[in-house]
Amino acid sequence: MDKYIEMIRIRFLMMLAYRTNYYTGILIYCINIGAYYFLWSAIYSGKSAIQGMSIEQMTTYVAVSWMARAFYFNNIDREIAMEIKEGKVAVELIRPYSYLGMKTMQGLGEGVFRLFFLSLPGVIITAFLFPLHFSSDMSTWGYFALSIILSFVINSQLNLLAGVVTFFTLNNEGLLRAKRFVIDLFSGLILPISFYPSWAQEVMKYFPFQAISYIPSMIFTESFQGQAIIDGLLFQLVWSVILLIPLQLLWKAAKKRLVVQGG
Amino acid sequence: MDYAIEVEKLRKEFKSYSSRSGLMGAFRDLFTRNYKIIRAVDDISFTVKQGEMVGYIGENGAGKSTTIKMLTGILTPTSGEVVVNGMNPHKEREAFVRTIGVVFGQRSQLWWDIAVQESFRLLKKVYRVSDKDYKEHMEHVIETLDIGPLLDKPVRKLSLGQRMRCELAAALIHNPPLLFLDEPTIGLDVLVKLKIRQFLKEINEKYKTTILLTTHDIADIEALCERVIMLDEGKIIYDGSLQRLKENWGEGKQVQFTFAKEVTDGELGVLTSDLKVGWRKGEQANSWIAHVPPVHVSDVISRVVARYDIQDINIDEISTEEIIRNIYEEGVVHG
Repeated sequence: MDKYIEMIRIRFLMMLAYRTNYYTGILIYCINIGAYYFLWSAIYSGKSAIQGMSIEQMTTYVAVSWMARAFYFNNIDREIAMEIKEGKVAVELIRPYSYLGMKTMQGLGEGVFRLFFLSLPGVIITAFLFPLHFSSDMSTWGYFALSIILSFVINSQLNLLAGVVTFFTLNNEGLLRAKRFVIDLFSGLILPISFYPSWAQEVMKYFPFQAISYIPSMIFTESFQGQAIIDGLLFQLVWSVILLIPLQLLWKAAKKRLVVQGG
Repeated sequence: MDYAIEVEKLRKEFKSYSSRSGLMGAFRDLFTRNYKIIRAVDDISFTVKQGEMVGYIGENGAGKSTTIKMLTGILTPTSGEVVVNGMNPHKEREAFVRTIGVVFGQRSQLWWDIAVQESFRLLKKVYRVSDKDYKEHMEHVIETLDIGPLLDKPVRKLSLGQRMRCELAAALIHNPPLLFLDEPTIGLDVLVKLKIRQFLKEINEKYKTTILLTTHDIADIEALCERVIMLDEGKIIYDGSLQRLKENWGEGKQVQFTFAKEVTDGELGVLTSDLKVGWRKGEQANSWIAHVPPVHVSDVISRVVARYDIQDINIDEISTEEIIRNIYEEGVVHG
């Protein structure tokens, strides 16, 4: 376990190695949340609630979605793809650790760093500018924390899956781009799932995407109450277990197929 | 466990895709692709004893790196048996890699953006090296390789020679009994090369570390290895002592003449036709090199000097590099 914790620390150091990135990161979060705030206030103009959500809930939803995204989002798919493309994966395989496990830990290090050092300052700054509503109920915070951990797990599993596919295709820039777009769209980051037409909502029940952003944000804005919270968390938990299966199978096949490029 | 490495009929095949030419060809490639099976390593067998230092040499693309990758568990062999440190590298990867150290000359295993000591610290955790062992072993390594002042610098700011010494130290953090070095001296200056060679010799003596080394620099082999394994097109063409290689191939002298005027191969050949002399064009203008059996050296020189105007003569031992070049050009069968 030691080595995995050490890896998180290393990731912190790496993120801190480039300070300009750090400051622009905070700025980007404020801009994103601000842009969505103005967009939604235009849509809401005059109406007190759409689909059962008030403007205040919606702004909070947007702010929280972005904050949660800072935590669950990572680039390990791209990193795996790059390591395979450049043949660096050879070096990873001579280390006594699980490659996918270590990648996940790097993602976690990155996520924790972004959550506390990028998005938290970002949200605090935006909280002064726009009306955000934070729950005072401790149990909501608790559910939310649990929920974004599961978001991280599911999103990382999808990233690992997409990354491992590179072992077979050796270049899958297109797939990674498509995956990123699909997750942003169907996870409820851009638009809450309850705003989609009902047939689309029905279809999305069979995909893991809403477990990534929609569920934790709905929990945080207290749009989910009682049983809905439990259902949401269960939905996340089930998916994070199911996704382990294709991941294991693909990884096993990938190791056999590995071609180290160059040298 | 007497053998560090045992390899039996090891083979690795790759599919190599070829693209068709032109636009139509590119469209056809979308549906079906032509490929050939290429055998990078072709049924090789050898063993390496513990504590041995073995040079693994061959031209580019001969299959050296592929073998190393199979021995370290990175690539799965197409067929054949590999037992390294008593384990199957692919089946027991995590336990196995604890017992080896690897340096890839062309690939960094340190983390690019962070200080060297942070990489060391992570590796120390990864290999579960105790503080005591680390202090005892690494202090010495750091001192010998003279990398103390580099430890707090990020890897991206190091020169190649500095980085290479750090890479070597990183591969030795867990003091492995077996060390794979894939072109460790590539692109380094003479002083760094010397330091690295000296260091390798020292750890071999001190810890009986087995070392398998691939290199293009024959001087590395001469300095370190008693035994060489030579690879060509995926097959082993020579496996034995460097000494024997020299005796079989390196007898005789090399006499280099620099002529004042242009001379042809034919003329020289006629001149020494009754002696066993091979002529080869030298690198400078009008210079020719004769490969002469020891007994004929004076004979050849006197004939050439009597006939031509000579600017310079050099007599050398045949270098290992020369021997290896001859083997590649003529095949291992002598004559």
